[in-house]
Amino acid sequence: MKISFTINGQAQSIEIEDGNTPLLWVVRDMLDLKGTKFGCGKAACGACTLHVDGEAIRSCSYAVKFAEGKNVTTIEGLGTRENPHPVQQAWVEHVVPQCGYCQPGFMMATAALLEKNPNPTDEDIDNNIINVCRCATYVRMRKAIHRAAELTQSANQTS
Amino acid sequence: MTEKKKVSRRKFLIRGGLGTIGVLAVGTYVFRNPLRRMGLEMAETMIPPYSGSGTEANLWFEITKENKVVLHSPKVEMGQGSFTSFAQMVADELDVNLDQVQVIGAATATGIVDALSTGGSLSVASLWLPLREMAATVREMLKGEAAKQMGVDASSLSTKDGTIEGGGKSMTYAEVAAGVTEWKLPKTPELRPVKDYKYIGQPIKRVDLEAKVFGDPIFGMDAEMPDMLHACVIRPEHVGATFKSADTSKAESMPGVVKIVQKEDWVGVVAETYAQAQAAKMTIKVDWDVPKQWTEEDIRGLLQVGKGNKMVTQKKGGAVDPADEDVVSMEFKSPIGAHAQIEPNGAVALVKDGSATIILSTQVIGVTQKQVSEALGLPLDKVNVIPTYLGGGFGRRLNTVHAVQAAQMSQEVGKPVKYFFTRKEEFQHDTFRPPTHHIMRGKLGADGYLDSLEHHYASGDVAINSVIMPAALHSILGTDVGAMRGGNIMYRGTPKYRAVQWHTTLPFATSWWRSLGLLANTFAIESFVDEMAIKAGKNPVEFRLASIGDEGADKRLKAVIEKAGESYRDEASNGRAMGFAASVDAGAPCAHVAEVSIENKEIKVHKVLCVFDCGIAVNPDQVRAQCEGSIVMGMSGAMHEKMTLKDGQLYPTIYGPYNMTLLRHAPKDVEVILIQGDDKPYPVGEPPMGPIGAAIANAVRRLTGERLTDLPLRLS
Repeated sequence: MKISFTINGQAQSIEIEDGNTPLLWVVRDMLDLKGTKFGCGKAACGACTLHVDGEAIRSCSYAVKFAEGKNVTTIEGLGTRENPHPVQQAWVEHVVPQCGYCQPGFMMATAALLEKNPNPTDEDIDNNIINVCRCATYVRMRKAIHRAAELTQSANQTS
Repeated sequence: MTEKKKVSRRKFLIRGGLGTIGVLAVGTYVFRNPLRRMGLEMAETMIPPYSGSGTEANLWFEITKENKVVLHSPKVEMGQGSFTSFAQMVADELDVNLDQVQVIGAATATGIVDALSTGGSLSVASLWLPLREMAATVREMLKGEAAKQMGVDASSLSTKDGTIEGGGKSMTYAEVAAGVTEWKLPKTPELRPVKDYKYIGQPIKRVDLEAKVFGDPIFGMDAEMPDMLHACVIRPEHVGATFKSADTSKAESMPGVVKIVQKEDWVGVVAETYAQAQAAKMTIKVDWDVPKQWTEEDIRGLLQVGKGNKMVTQKKGGAVDPADEDVVSMEFKSPIGAHAQIEPNGAVALVKDGSATIILSTQVIGVTQKQVSEALGLPLDKVNVIPTYLGGGFGRRLNTVHAVQAAQMSQEVGKPVKYFFTRKEEFQHDTFRPPTHHIMRGKLGADGYLDSLEHHYASGDVAINSVIMPAALHSILGTDVGAMRGGNIMYRGTPKYRAVQWHTTLPFATSWWRSLGLLANTFAIESFVDEMAIKAGKNPVEFRLASIGDEGADKRLKAVIEKAGESYRDEASNGRAMGFAASVDAGAPCAHVAEVSIENKEIKVHKVLCVFDCGIAVNPDQVRAQCEGSIVMGMSGAMHEKMTLKDGQLYPTIYGPYNMTLLRHAPKDVEVILIQGDDKPYPVGEPPMGPIGAAIANAVRRLTGERLTDLPLRLS
């Protein structure tokens, strides 16, 4: 079947036999965007988190057919080195990553949270950012999330 | 053991070509750490060290046309930040800017890989001297060559930012190195005083920071080769199960299936996509031989103090008499732990025309190479292992059987094959942290301080049966040196003390898990010492200080305990209490103060203060990051994680049911105070994990009166 969607701002059509194939594998293996990670395949760790129409989705358990006509954003489309997303800027400032494997999923989850809730409390963060980081970079992550909120707000004020 | 082989760090190989210029290489380097030194002979019996045959371009350093220095690191980067520290060390002795240094993991075909492993928190500590000496030697080689080319005396030349100046002339390293085929090897230069370094000692941002924030494809899982196929292997669910036969008739005609690969003891599927390989796998019926349905009770029965191989690892004075009514005895336990690193184990392999290329996340590049070479019957130099960044190591990537299977499947189809574990396979076929059992005994003296302290402990394999620790070593040492980490008594001022290890090999693989035996051993010892302090009616900080010895290393332990002790309060207030604990691991002492409350019948850790003597902190920010990570991962191990045997299988098989510390559990505040109490770097990634379990349990004791003796910590 043919499935059309927008990925990181670009229109994309793919031909795939099984529309139930997880979006993760389409993104990684067909579109060659490797920033979205495989961790568990059961939506339990969050390493595969990306955005579908602005919602944080665990793409290992999201059939590609549901992406038809929607906007998909991956870490590659979140920001660039030249123009980082506030979440990425905060992650750099606080030197959050260690091994780094789970970090795109965390940053995508955080960016989606800030869209809805520009100034999350610690409790909001606890309830919404529920991915798994085995290096346990959580202490810096919390600081970076608050910093990203600050950066987003100051950007909104100046624009 | 065989006669000790001569190792010289002055054995340089100098090569040109390879698309770069001015390539300099070093044959081998000195093993600095005592454990590594001990392991040297066996490392060499397993795999010949790269001493440089001269026929291959085995390099440490390259100088590129753009005047950058590329370090081919013999160690891999798995989050511990060592690539950043290496870049700092190279920049400071080679006189280049930090942004002129690029660090990449050496592949076996083009670099010198660590013959043993990346692990034990040893990367920076073990390369501290040889890497700086090599960088300094390369600097002097470049100066010597520049002197010739510029026609001036080498002593008149100075180096800065990758440029050599003198006699009114100036050349970049790249210009000097261009076209040089014969290098003159100087004597190893004097190293500069640490205080004069520009980068070493500074909180430099990680060299891999941007790659990791912008999602670059740097991990084994991201590797691809042209025309690559996807594969999987069927693994048994039962502990101890072995392969008998498989019915693959249905799978063979499934969409996308290229080949069903049947070997003597396993069956795999190669297909065009990952999803197709997995779908075909589901249709294969394997007949497993399951000799026994192992239970949790079976394992606990095997693993007890008093059972297995006994080794007294430490002894001073006589043993206590357990029948003595003044002797206090307590029992502690820890469960099976999973690595649960997020990047699954896997490999991309191409075997064709008598050679193999394997790209993967591995902590044992040389071992992976040797295993593939043996399994495929290829000469070692025909197997190129290319390491990537690791999506977590923690000891899990010391075992890379999947690399062999990926290579065998590629060999059968003649195309590149990518194969990685499912998460269920990760959880059921981990090389687990072994469960442990501990009996502590102690007695107070007339002065109210420790008179006797004994740690009797039972563990499964940690170092024993590991691919990097041949059995020969253990028949000499008679003990599992991995299970022993943190097992000996560090209070050497105690009149009588001893540690006794009981080792048993369990029916499932157990091995290295970040900090090895340290987490469970320290939990038992430091919980017990705390209980003895309470019995003696003394402040636990003062109680510990009274039993510290007076040798050199003891002074560092004392300083750490004193510093952390300044923040410790012994009385609970406003529903919160503090717990104190300390440990010494790999020569690096550490003390924690954990501040805890009970919320909804659960233990809540609010703050951890960590005082850590890491010696020289090459990169203080990354040392702090390692402390934070080690503490919170240790919390996860001490408070949440547990694998169980049920119906002969290991459970759980997914995150969530395998309970781990998440953001909501992590303390908001981890304060790290670094004491740099020696003139060299010590291991950093593991030692700060030691005290955390006991620090939390000791706080709970003050809050509730309950002494928790089993991990994961659960309130009754």
